Amino acid sequence: MAMAWVWTGMVALSVAFGAVTGNLGALGGAAIEGARSAVELCISMAGVMCLWTGVMEVMNQSGLSALLAKMFRPLLRRLLPQTARDGDAIATIAANLSANMLGLGNAATPLGIRAARAMARGSGGVASDELCLLVVLNTASIQLLPTTVAGVRAALGCADPFDILPAVWLASAVAVIVGLAAAKLFARVWRG
Amino acid sequence: MPLSELVVPAILCVVGVYGMRRRVDVYGALTKGAEEGLTVLLRVLPSLVGLLTAVYMFRASGAMDFLGRLLAPLLTALGIPPETAPLLLVRPISGSGALAVGSELMETYGADSYVGRVAAVMLGSSETTFYTVAIYYGSAGVTKTRYTIPAALCADLAMFLMSALAVRLFFD
Repeated sequence: MAMAWVWTGMVALSVAFGAVTGNLGALGGAAIEGARSAVELCISMAGVMCLWTGVMEVMNQSGLSALLAKMFRPLLRRLLPQTARDGDAIATIAANLSANMLGLGNAATPLGIRAARAMARGSGGVASDELCLLVVLNTASIQLLPTTVAGVRAALGCADPFDILPAVWLASAVAVIVGLAAAKLFARVWRG
Repeated sequence: MPLSELVVPAILCVVGVYGMRRRVDVYGALTKGAEEGLTVLLRVLPSLVGLLTAVYMFRASGAMDFLGRLLAPLLTALGIPPETAPLLLVRPISGSGALAVGSELMETYGADSYVGRVAAVMLGSSETTFYTVAIYYGSAGVTKTRYTIPAALCADLAMFLMSALAVRLFFD
């Protein structure tokens, strides 16, 4: 429902604004142009995007995600000591995070949900500190190759769609660190 | 020839050869992954049609520029280009909405411009916070999410600040 509000709000605001600024006449053309450009964008980004999701799948099957998961496990054991008593849960979370890093959302989400279910068992619907941490980690996840964005950039005629990679890695790494720090801090001061 | 021109062929070659050494059906995996990319596109296309229609109307009516000007003092003080204001508002709520707003920004200002690059980095550096929280807690039966959303929004804010800073760092 949230998106219904956002969409209707944007359209209604546009009409109201157009009436005030005298741009009302341009709105019909803009609407048609927007719908057309959505399809155009999808078609022109499809090639680059599919190529790189394909490459990520090859990396995944070659054992890259297993390797990443193995690297995460010691770190996760320190971050989530309670959950770590169950070795299986930590392995699931490590697989969840590494699938996210490879941009394999379809594989990552079911794994994350399985871990979240196990962690929420017997808590009476209240998120534990460690469950909060897991969800925050997932909202700020690092993606090694942002294929969708690269697809858009290629569609718009970028010479090098991946030249933003170092900036993406830096920004998402900082987001993960800040998210973890905020969760740890809030865990101490949060009431209720 | 600049080194960056070699990156794509090198990655393709290394991934292929390494996969073969690990006895992976490289071509089968490549096409399976490409199919998955297509599924993502098919899922995002209907919402992109709806959202880009709204975003284009928003731009044409002058509301987009107004929103930018409204938030400009705050965003400029934080070092974030004020043109990205609509993207900041949509990013935590909707993935396809952010894609629509972000690609419109890249198109309007140019994919290789400062604003276009910052928009791209913001799109690539985070998940859709509210969607992720809803999916995980919804399926785990958790109703009291406590400080999850404030902490996740702190991470988003840090990501926005860092995106602008990183683009200036790497491209100036």
